[in-house]
Amino acid sequence: MLSIQDLSRPGIKPFSIDLNEGECVVLKGPSGAGKTLLLRAIADLDPNKGSVFLNQVNKNEYTAPEWRRAVCYLSTESGWWADDVGIHFPNHQSAGELLPKLGIGPDALNWQVARLSTGERQRLALARLILVSPSVMLLDEPTSGLDPESETMVEQILLQKLAEDVSILIVTHSSDQANRLATRCLKMNSGVVSEDIA
Amino acid sequence: MNFISLSPIDVGISALLLIINALLSIALRLGLAKQMIIAATRMVIQLLLVGLVLKALFDLASPLFTSVMGLTMILFSGREVMARQSRQLTGWWAYGLGTTAMLIAGTVVTLFALTTQVRPEPWYEARVALPIFGMILGNTMTGIAVGLDRLLTSIGRERSAIESRLALGHTIKEAMSGVLRNAIRSGLIPIINSMSAIGLVSIPGMMTGQILAGIEPMEAVKYQLLIMFLIAGGTTFGVLGAVLACGWRLTDNRHRLRLDRLSETKQA
Repeated sequence: MLSIQDLSRPGIKPFSIDLNEGECVVLKGPSGAGKTLLLRAIADLDPNKGSVFLNQVNKNEYTAPEWRRAVCYLSTESGWWADDVGIHFPNHQSAGELLPKLGIGPDALNWQVARLSTGERQRLALARLILVSPSVMLLDEPTSGLDPESETMVEQILLQKLAEDVSILIVTHSSDQANRLATRCLKMNSGVVSEDIA
Repeated sequence: MNFISLSPIDVGISALLLIINALLSIALRLGLAKQMIIAATRMVIQLLLVGLVLKALFDLASPLFTSVMGLTMILFSGREVMARQSRQLTGWWAYGLGTTAMLIAGTVVTLFALTTQVRPEPWYEARVALPIFGMILGNTMTGIAVGLDRLLTSIGRERSAIESRLALGHTIKEAMSGVLRNAIRSGLIPIINSMSAIGLVSIPGMMTGQILAGIEPMEAVKYQLLIMFLIAGGTTFGVLGAVLACGWRLTDNRHRLRLDRLSETKQA
């Protein structure tokens, strides 16, 4: 489904991978290894070299917004561009159905962003991404800082998305999480990605 | 005409006030005496020089020399705009962007005034062209400096909000609209404020000057109105142009935010 060939940018050595439907690849590695830079390059958020194909169609044949809706990136630090939570969700009905599965009441849509906790922000940002219905999700530590209960809920949603043939490339520091989700493990060191055989 | 000419002694007497100020500063240990004297000395030298230059330019009546003077004013104001930014674009853009915006906005509005409203004979007469240009340029400079500074600081602060929108497939136009609009607003608010306070709080300098020179108050008012409209027009064009161009420079056609084209935060 997602085919990456020799993708590179400053800080990242050429990287290639084929990601199949419903596959979850876990990317591990120390901080500063370039994991975030790699995900950002796949989402085309920074200038990069190499080619990326989604269902055999080159990235450059999509407009950048089309590409990012299909190959959607979730950053560690969630960003909010308005004071009200609701404004960040174009479709309140589908949001209202999804949020309880992440342990957040649907009335969160009436809240102010300023009163959200870090964990709530993280889960709402993930919900925002899921509602775009991407084919590939690039997730940068989506459960760091969540309590175990919320972490389980997030993983349940991700497993459900995998079952719906969405592909996931996820950065995590947790080996347990990797074991629960991964079909394949990669590790990254100083900009170089290799298979993680551990 | 009942114009009262001042002798150097008259001016000297008014400068006595400054000496008193300096003495007060020393007595109260404000530490301003030195700065005050330097600033006043600069003012005297700069104004005397400008007086000489303007006199020479008026006598020459050469469009070429008048343009050179105009260009020099723009180059100085470009440096001023750049100095007022806490973050700057990389390379030539740091100086070039604001300067180009002022060059275009200031020149277009001044030419508009000279050819259709004030109509001196010849139309490029330095005595009319340079003061009008100077007033437009001064205000446009302030607007552009404020607008650009606002854009460059807020784009860094709002980075994660802007990139979250991009990552969700919003266009760069949607993602940037908030910071661009705020930057343009803050660049334009000073001129709007000065239009609403003018006459009530202050009698503007140019009008005061014309009245002192013996012009009828209503004539001076008409000139002041004309100048204010020109200033508002020039500032709006300049701020819009500079802020939008800067926004364009900090993004690219793949709808990315290009903060790599922004220098590091300047040390205070």
